Amino acid sequence: MLNYIWFGMMAIAVAAGIYNGKIDAVTEAAIDMAKISVEIAIGLIGIMALWLGIMKIAEKSGLIRIIAKLLRPITIRLFPDVPEDHPAIGSIVLNMSANILGLGNAATPLGLKAMEELQELNERKDTATNSMVMFLAINTSSVQLILPATVVALMGATASEIFITTILATSCSTIAAIAAVKFLERRKRFAMETEGDSND
Amino acid sequence: MIEVVVGGLSEVAKYIIPTLLVGIPFYALAFHKVPVYEVFVEGAKDGFTIAVRIIPYLVAILVAVGMFRASGALDLLLGALAPVLDFVGFPPENLPLALMRPLSGSGSLGLLTDLVNEHGADSLTAKIGATMYGSSETTFYVLAVYFGSVGVVRSRHAVPAGLFADAVGAIAAVFFCKLLIG
Repeated sequence: MLNYIWFGMMAIAVAAGIYNGKIDAVTEAAIDMAKISVEIAIGLIGIMALWLGIMKIAEKSGLIRIIAKLLRPITIRLFPDVPEDHPAIGSIVLNMSANILGLGNAATPLGLKAMEELQELNERKDTATNSMVMFLAINTSSVQLILPATVVALMGATASEIFITTILATSCSTIAAIAAVKFLERRKRFAMETEGDSND
Repeated sequence: MIEVVVGGLSEVAKYIIPTLLVGIPFYALAFHKVPVYEVFVEGAKDGFTIAVRIIPYLVAILVAVGMFRASGALDLLLGALAPVLDFVGFPPENLPLALMRPLSGSGSLGLLTDLVNEHGADSLTAKIGATMYGSSETTFYVLAVYFGSVGVVRSRHAVPAGLFADAVGAIAAVFFCKLLIG
């Protein structure tokens, strides 16, 4: 899937760039974004280190296990492949809490920690497991209780008007994400086992 | 009423991070005698490795998205989609943002800023836009970072599921704004 989307995006970009007379801009964007990607990654190092350090303390003190146990009734439905008491559940819960509270800076390191722990349970390291896809889909659909600071700054006084619409819309998209993952993970097209399936 | 809730939430949010930064080491030190400094440093070491590991995935995704944005392909897509969406009642002014949201965070923030400047923060168009922006994440960026950090290249159903959720979110944003505000 990603193979086609990735190539498709670039191929369409070049074709549309020629058609629109923007081929120079396309070239420039490619070079610029390559540079920006590295800047983004490097910029993450400090925040990552901070939260991973704090997480390690939380883990060693048993805090993560307590949180994981408390929310197990919910998480078992979303992530049935993850064994009870596995640290991944604790990290997933913390990542989601950070997302709900709008703590974007903390959410990414916690999410990556969760991915690392889910990867331990993965038998095919290059392929996403059902739990990984579920976790990603919930993250991209963004469950948020607090409006992003950028939106508040832009909208000013009217920001409070979109508070409820945002929560309703994001709830719909999260439910849609969970339903889509559960539905698609059983399709043959997206099956885990198929060896040498170039479709993905 | 809503103002109070929103204000209260952002007031509480200010204290969450400092509370975590102090509360977690306090719990570990006071109740479990964890050597917090040593353990912190041990955990923090992974920050560098993970950040560096995601570079190739980020380059791949962001370059493709950047080229796509720069080419004006979105405008062509818009032209093709506009009549269909107009027919079902999806406001055409909000379509660029809906299409941009899964691709680029800065790009969609730019489009939202344009909507606010052009129509005013009080307009339904801007409110729908802000709802769309706030209710979704940059799907392709999150995919590159999360899967990239563990070296997963076969994403299986992640992209279709993510894009489906984005579409539902955009439609829900229009629906609820028209219902509750407009």
